Amino acid sequence: MANLGLFFAVLGAALSAGLAGCGSAIGVGVAGRSASGVVTQEPSMFSKVLILQLLPGTQGIYGLLIAFITLANIGMLGGGAEQISLLSGLMYFAACLPMALGGLISGIAQGRCSVAAIGLVAKRPDQFGKAMIFPAMVETYAILALLISILSIFGIPAGI
Amino acid sequence: MTGAYVDKGYVFAVARLRYAELKLLNNQAMDQLVSASDYEDAVKILKEKGWGGDNNTEDAETLLQEEREKLWSFVDEIVPDRSIFDVFKLPNDYNNLKAALKESVMEYDYPGIYISESTVDPELIRNAIKERNYQALPDDMIEAAEYAHSTFLKTADGQLCDIIVDKACLDAILKAGKATENDFLEMYAEIKVASTDIKTAVRAALTGKDKDFLNMALAECATVDKNGLANAALNGVDAIASYLGNTAYADAVSELRKSPAAFERWCDNLITARMKPQLYESFGLGPIAAYILARENEIKSVRIILSGKQNGFSKEMIAERVRDCYV
Repeated sequence: MANLGLFFAVLGAALSAGLAGCGSAIGVGVAGRSASGVVTQEPSMFSKVLILQLLPGTQGIYGLLIAFITLANIGMLGGGAEQISLLSGLMYFAACLPMALGGLISGIAQGRCSVAAIGLVAKRPDQFGKAMIFPAMVETYAILALLISILSIFGIPAGI
Repeated sequence: MTGAYVDKGYVFAVARLRYAELKLLNNQAMDQLVSASDYEDAVKILKEKGWGGDNNTEDAETLLQEEREKLWSFVDEIVPDRSIFDVFKLPNDYNNLKAALKESVMEYDYPGIYISESTVDPELIRNAIKERNYQALPDDMIEAAEYAHSTFLKTADGQLCDIIVDKACLDAILKAGKATENDFLEMYAEIKVASTDIKTAVRAALTGKDKDFLNMALAECATVDKNGLANAALNGVDAIASYLGNTAYADAVSELRKSPAAFERWCDNLITARMKPQLYESFGLGPIAAYILARENEIKSVRIILSGKQNGFSKEMIAERVRDCYV
């Protein structure tokens, strides 16, 4: 049980990459189905709907970033994991949660919003700029989660 | 989360029809058609808008049939199982049942009276009635078919037979609407049943039918109370109008007084108005169902315009029969 601290830190990193990745996968997947529908009817719309499809993909990248930083901080990346206390491990775990949960939920929500935006572009291709803004708004909350996760990880004092 | 994960949301289908909705005729296009100088001109406008197939037909029925086939082949492409839209086709099944009953009792073949766009093969209904093998029919149809057949044989009253079948049809529509678990389709089924009840009540009031007839002909539904409507019908059309004043169909009273056709148009327009929010819905069956109804309504309106042009009706006369457009 001596390595329980390390376990929680790794769990945090795993959830951050895993859940945020799930959010993105669901979001990009649902938007992709919608994009395929539009391209079936009108192949020239490909580039426009592709951008809208990719918007929910960022959460996965943010989650990966948090996982990397966490793993680097606890020395897992170099192959020489340090012994960290249970308290320190729990703090890493807590620091990863905003990105894990925020990434999951905002990815799904952004995907659904992208579907609606793809419908808008299908009907009014000239409104592409506006259509992109709606799903981009959801991104704000993924970025806020990323910010808090980063600040928390960098703020965890060494040696506690 | 699962809703977004599995394609229960019909995301692909809705995206495809978002683009297809662009090709629907809007009110402006309908006005243009109504204002066409003659039948040929109207057909030319329709062809410019992409109507008709490759065979370059000028015949209205062929043109409309081609459009209906295009609609259902599109639905087949985008929805894996078209049986979810059975609620739209049930009236054709029951029409075929009526046809089969009449054919069987008259002991004469009229193959042309069957409607092929149905959920059950017309030939199956025809054979089941001919051989009195009612169990071959869909479950909801068995009881009505047996009862209507025996009543028709006993009384030779074709109208009574129609009433039994029509009532069974309304019950089946309501049941099919509920089975879809889709708010829009349930609402459609409800309006369809309630409006048919109202039409029947008005006809019964005008022809002086009794309570037994009304009990047999009217179907139970949520927005119109069967007993209330039946009692009103016994006291005449004015009583029906004052009864409807307290229901969701209060606006229909003036149309009802004009003619059954005006009321029918009002009901179609009510459904169109209720389906407009589906234009902004990105998930689910609702937008697909609304598109199918919009196309069917469009075909109905074009039929009215083309037959009006063929028979030399004035633009005003045609315009007041054309349905509102979805887009």
